Order: sequence, then structure tokens, then C-alpha cells
Amino acid sequence: MKAGGLSWWIRCFVCFQEPPRKNSAANPQTEMVPVVYLVTQSIHCSNVPRNVNLEKLRSGYLFPEISRHETEHLQKNPDARLIRLGIGDTTQPIPDTITQAMAEHVRGLSTIQGYRGYGAEQGNMELRKAIAGKFYQDMGIKANEIFVSDGAQCDISRLQLLLGPNVTVAVQDPSFPAYIDSSVIVGQAGELEEKTGKYRNIIYMNCGPENNFFPDVSTIPRTDVIFFCSPNNPTGHAASREQLKQLVEFAKANGLIIVYDSAYATYIRDGSPRSIFEIPGAQEVAIEVSSFSKFAGFTGVRLGWTVVPEDLRYSNGFPVIKDFNRIVCTCFNGASNIAQAGGLACLSTDGYQALRNVIDYYMENAKILVDGFESLGLKVYGGKNAPYMWVHFPGLSSWNVFSEILKKTNIVTVPGRGFGPAGEEYIRISAFGPRQQILEASRRLKFYL
Amino acid sequence: MSLMNNLSTSTISSSSSAFLAPISFDSSRTQSVAFPLKNINVVKCITNPQEQQTAYKTKVSRNANIAKLQAGYLFPEVARRRAVHLLKYPNAQVISLGIGDTTEPIPDVITSAMAERSHGLSTLEGYSGYGAEQGEKALRSALASTFYGNLGIEEDDIFVSDGAKCDISRLQVVFGSNVTMAVQDPSYPAYVDSSVIMGQTGQFQKDVEKFANIEYMRCTPENGFFPDLSTVVRTDIIFFCSPNNPTGAAATREQLTRLVQFAKDNGSIIVYDSAYALYMSDDNPRSIFEIPGAKEVAIETASFSKYAGFTGVRLGWTVVPKQLLFSDGFPVAKDFNRIVCTCFNGACNISQAGGLACLSPEGLEAMQEVIGFYKENTKIIVETFNSLGFKVYGGQNAPYVWVHFPSRSSWDVFSEILEKTHIVTTPGSGFGPSGEGFIRVSAFGHRENVLEACRRFKQLYK
Repeated sequence: MKAGGLSWWIRCFVCFQEPPRKNSAANPQTEMVPVVYLVTQSIHCSNVPRNVNLEKLRSGYLFPEISRHETEHLQKNPDARLIRLGIGDTTQPIPDTITQAMAEHVRGLSTIQGYRGYGAEQGNMELRKAIAGKFYQDMGIKANEIFVSDGAQCDISRLQLLLGPNVTVAVQDPSFPAYIDSSVIVGQAGELEEKTGKYRNIIYMNCGPENNFFPDVSTIPRTDVIFFCSPNNPTGHAASREQLKQLVEFAKANGLIIVYDSAYATYIRDGSPRSIFEIPGAQEVAIEVSSFSKFAGFTGVRLGWTVVPEDLRYSNGFPVIKDFNRIVCTCFNGASNIAQAGGLACLSTDGYQALRNVIDYYMENAKILVDGFESLGLKVYGGKNAPYMWVHFPGLSSWNVFSEILKKTNIVTVPGRGFGPAGEEYIRISAFGPRQQILEASRRLKFYL
Repeated sequence: MSLMNNLSTSTISSSSSAFLAPISFDSSRTQSVAFPLKNINVVKCITNPQEQQTAYKTKVSRNANIAKLQAGYLFPEVARRRAVHLLKYPNAQVISLGIGDTTEPIPDVITSAMAERSHGLSTLEGYSGYGAEQGEKALRSALASTFYGNLGIEEDDIFVSDGAKCDISRLQVVFGSNVTMAVQDPSYPAYVDSSVIMGQTGQFQKDVEKFANIEYMRCTPENGFFPDLSTVVRTDIIFFCSPNNPTGAAATREQLTRLVQFAKDNGSIIVYDSAYALYMSDDNPRSIFEIPGAKEVAIETASFSKYAGFTGVRLGWTVVPKQLLFSDGFPVAKDFNRIVCTCFNGACNISQAGGLACLSPEGLEAMQEVIGFYKENTKIIVETFNSLGFKVYGGQNAPYVWVHFPSRSSWDVFSEILEKTHIVTTPGSGFGPSGEGFIRVSAFGHRENVLEACRRFKQLYK
């Protein structure tokens, strides 16, 4: 099939109409510029059809979009002293004991004895054992059921590759956008209904103050997979033991798989379950994804893990763990051995204690912000078991509130609508930041709002 | 529960050798693993039918695409056989010339930059959280100027990653299930396997050892390891690796010009794997973008793995030119960017600091030294097989030697070599049906191991 010449040139010119986009805040200068083709130039289009699934994504991923707004605001107001309570990015330095372990490992890579090439794709066994011992003690989870990764966001996509396009999924509404976006990308989601903002094949489980942020399972249609995050991003709600029991029972009764995101488990302070595997029977129905990002400030270092119990089986009896292992061996090549060395240090007695101090620091930030918003008469959820506050602005559009706050106080937040239709009327505030900034933010909010 | 044991061992057996291997003569990597030999039950994982009936099953169907895969990924399979061999001969001094795993320490100039970055993460000024998903600006810039200097590839065409293998899968996610694919035969298994997982292929056809719906482009000594394009059916995507893994063949400028023209005429997209470009001795193109017009038809993926010994550190990059468009005019780079932002969160910042140091003048020189060391290994291996009267290919422009064993099954030759000399190689059929009759010998290893291996080859085949 020939693909050159004048007809291609005309087609390209007419179809291309994307506005400029910016990359994330860490790189404000680099732009993906639209390519403008002059009439006299001949353009070549391939004959490769664009992936229809990607066409279903309406805008950029949520967090780069927030960065884009931030950058635009800074361009208009170059003197603005921006306070970032938007993207949940950790800010406090990593404790010495952990970075020293990483530096030592790195220096070892320059020696014959210390050099390491390819590691096991599933992760270093020492680290897998340490994770099992630290987080899954007495839950019957073994080291070989733990797969070390470069982070939860990457694992979520690998799990979607595993599950394939022919499964149905349910998500909490609101929820971390990667579940829905990855579902669309893999082809599970169906068409977007513009009116409701929902994808036709995804079940959205409303989670709000009225139902204590836990869906009424008796009203949920069965899907193959339920994505569940606790402590929740963005609402901050930590599911109770009773709620999780209901979830596991529901999963068992319906033969479905829970993908449980426990990235914020180490922020729990009230005795709520930290792992789905605390619930009896969960090993037959759940996969758990977790991360060192918010636990250890490893947002840039990149380390996480996923637990796939051996007892989790497909309808034909085939163990899910075997296929996940195949994905990990084929589509991935292991987390950086440097990050893994750091991970091991995080789980040492000293490392873990030092990290608890950093978590306490962020939660003290959260308390300050909660007080700040409450003093304005606003209803604030979360902030107790997670570094996120979910603030209600009844009757208002969350993107408008986001813009108002940014304009009036130079504080970046995240509009609730970005997490799903039920996020409308809410703003997510993250508690990561240096104390002075948090105090300053609190002051500005009280003054300007 | 025996099923649990089976599962444990099957999980083990599918993992790479670092996990399995007890202390052995060769790679220092395996010394970190202390796994009591007596606990290993290396059995094939066959789920006990009885247990299958009584164990709880969800109602979620297994992904039919993954079910199409015939066996484990090639390299864990090789590792598994190595482990079995070690059980049989616990005192054997096994030498690994199989999996292409680097063995020499990373030069100081690179690790000191990474150590510095690590320490910096403990300071207020040096701490950084999430980085740009596309990679740190300085590194993207250095990659552009180092590798694509006057080729018209810009910093923002470059996406830093945690390695080429991961990028290949991310590219497949961009393309989706409704595209057709062509690969060289033989080729690096990740192209075919990722295509199967994505649902682009039909079933595996045992008689021809090919997946339906994939176009296999034969690359053999007869055609100089470059496909006869006049016989190749049009596909949307063409995977092409040069210098080639496993054959070591490097495509000439003339060949690549024809390939680019072929892609242009057919409206196809080339995914060009240049992971071994710096091993090139001859004056062949190191980047597809040296060919005029390539920016409109090609994506290039590359890696620090074999240049800087970063196989465990994890760093690579992919170039998606702005000029590369889907049939409706939509830029491929925009969709790739969306995947990178949604399904990935950037390469490790410490690894990126190492990458930047690699591209300093001192770093480049240091990498060339290490590459030179492995090339010297390759030369020794080529000379050995030549002297034994074998027909030997590759080795000139890549750290792989492709040895012909006419009329023999490559897995049989693999087993024979392993059994009789305790050397691990890679059977050619693992790379595709046209790999049958060949063995890939990789040239990564400490010099004394390579010399010892060559002594043993000479003994076996004299």
C-alpha cells in the first residue's frame, strides 16, 4: 500500500489541531510543541491507525495537568510565591541511614565483589523477605508472593496488562486516576459518556460522607475486578475492619478480584487495617499494591511492591501469580538495585524509626491544614490516617474553586473532579511540604478565603 | 501442600538465575544468593488436578493472550536449566556465556556521581521528589547532543526510561491490539512476547514455531542477515535491531536506507533497537536517524545496560520524533507521552544521575574502555570457534557470537555444551525458528572465565 504524496499532505494539515501542552512542573521549560507544517512542505503520515483506546482519554493525566496550570499561573504571575499542596510529592529529605546504604551499594558497583548485573525481575530475595516480615507478619504472606517494582503506578498498569481487555472493573468514586486511565488504555472501559463523565463499562462506587466513604456493596453490580484504595487517595478515609470484611465477603460471593492499594498504610494512626490480608480469606480474592514513595520519600527513587497470593486463581484454576510473574519477566526487568538497597535500609530498625518521624512531620502538617480549613467553617474529611484532606465546597465546581484558590492565595491544590464525578464540590489538599510553607498556607487561607 | 511447593518452585524456576543459583565459579552476582540446595524442588509446575477442583477459584477468566505464550520467557528458562545442572554437578565451575549480563564493575566516575546524588537526597537542597516522567532535563539534553548531535533529534523527542525491555512493552501499549507486527527471525524475544501479551497475534503454530499474525522476516547467513524486503508482507510495525541480538549482524547504511524506504512506502513504523550501537566496529549507522526520512517512520530505543553495566541500575531511553504521525495525523509522541505519564513514573533519579555522568567526557571514555574489554572477549570467542572450523557470525559489531551447528537442534547443542563443558550459552531457536541450528555465545564475563571457556570449547570440539 503506497503512502506518499499530495493526498497525505492535505489530510495531515486538516486533522492536526492539538493545543500546546507542557510537561510536569519539574521541567517547566520543555514543551511538546505542536508541529506546524507549511503548505509547501510534504508531510508523511504513517498508515498505522491510532490506538482507539487512547482516543478515549479526554485530557492529559491529572497530575501533569495540574503542573500545567501551575506553570501557566507562574507565567502570568512571575513573582507569585507558590505553595504546592497539589500533587502529592514528598518534600522532606530521606533519612541518612537510608541514603548511606544506597551510596554504599553504589560504590560497591565499582568493585568486583560488589558489582551486580541483572537482578531477579521479582526483586532481591532479601528485600522480599524484609517486606514480608515487616508488613505481612502473621498474615501468611510469603516472600515469593511479593514482587518488588519501580512503584505502584507502574504496577497498576502491569496488573492491567495481566488482566487484559476482557475484564470488567469497578472503582471507588472518587479514586486515584491511574485505575480508570489504565483501564481505558487496556480497552476495558468502553466509551466515555460525556454527560456523566463516566466510562460505560466501569462501575463507579460512590464514596462520600453520606456512606462513610464505603460503598453499599448490596447495590454494586458484579465486576471481575474492584480497585480499592485505603487509606484513600483522595478522601483520606481509612476503611475499617468491618468495611473490609464486607468487601472480602462480597468478593468471595461474587468470585471477583480486589486490587487493594495500600500505598498510604504507614500513615494509619487509629488501628484500622493496614493490609487487606489482615482480613481472613483475602488471600483467595485480593492482590495488594504498595509503595515506598510516601512511606520513605522515594517518589523519585522509585520502589514499590505487589503481593499476589498463590491462592488467587482464575476461573479455570490457573494461579494468577504465574501469569503476573510472566508479565514481570517479559515487560519489566526489575527495580533499580540501588533503590532496592535503599528499600532494605528503610525496613531496618533505625531506618523504619527515622521514616516514622518523617511521617509524623507530614501528619502534623495535616493537622495544621485541617484546623485551618475548619476555622473557615468548611467540612474537612481525611487528614487523620492519610496525608490528604478532602474539603467540601458545597454547590461549587471544583475546577473553579481550584482556580480561585490558586489566584487568590497562590496555593496549588487538586480539584476533586479530577478523581471522578463524585469528586465534584471537593478539593484535595496534600500535607507534604516544609512546615513554614504549611503554616504560611494556613495563614493565607484564613486571610483570603 | 504440594501445590504450594509446586507453585513456589515454579515461581522460582521462572525467575532469573540470580535467585536460583548457588555460589558458582563465574558471576559475582550469584554470590549474593544463599539458597540451600536441598530445599530446591525443581519440578515442572503442573497444577494437581485434584487440588484444582477443591481450591477456591474466582470467576475471573484468565487473559487468553497470556495463555498463548508457550513457555517461560527465554532467559529465565535458560537460568532454570543452569540451576538444574548445578544440582546435578554441585561442584561444577559453571561459566555463563548465556544471558547477556554485564560483569565488569562500573567505572568510578559514574558511581561517584550516583553516590553523590544519593547523599544529596538527605539534604534540603539536594532532595528531589517526583521527577519529570520523561526524564531529567539535563540527561535528555546530554542524550540528544551525545547520540543525535546533528541528526535533528531534540531533547524533547527523548524519553528516559528504566530500560529498553520496559520501553518495548510501553510502546506496545501505545500501539494497542489492533496493529500488525513484523520481527526479524531470529530476534530478541521481548518483541514477540510483548506482542502476544498485547493481543496482536493469533495462536502459536507448533509446526512452524511461529505465532499467527506476526510477519517473521528471515535473517540468515544466506541473505546477509538482512531480510528480502520484496517478500515481506506489509505490517504496521517493524521491529528491527542493529547491531543485532542474537546474530551480531550490523545493518549497512544501504540496507537501512532500503528499510526506511520500505516503511515509507508502506506507511509502517519501525521500532529500531539500538541497544548495542556503541559496539559497532565497522562504519555502519549507529542510529536509524542517520538515514534521511527516518524521523517520519521510526522510533529508536536504546539502553545504558550494555554500555555502562547498568543491567541492574536500570536506565535507557526512547526517541519518538515529532514528525512521526499516525494515519490520522496524530503525533505518536503525544500518545507515548500519555502512556509514560500514566503507566510509568520516571526512571530512578539516582540512576539518571549516573546516566548523566556516563555522558561526560570522562564517562564516555570510561564506557568505551569497558565496551572495549567486552569486544576483546568477543574476539577471543570468535577466534576459538573459527579455529575449530565452525562457521561463525557476528562478534564484529556486537558482544554476541552466532555459531552455526548445521542440522542440529539448538536446545540439544545447548544441553550438550552445558553437560560436557559446564558452559551456559543460549539456544538459537529461543530467538525464533530461523535461530534453529545456531547457538548464541555472549561475550560478557571476566577475562579468565572467557579464556577458560574457550579452552573447554577447544577440548570439546577438537
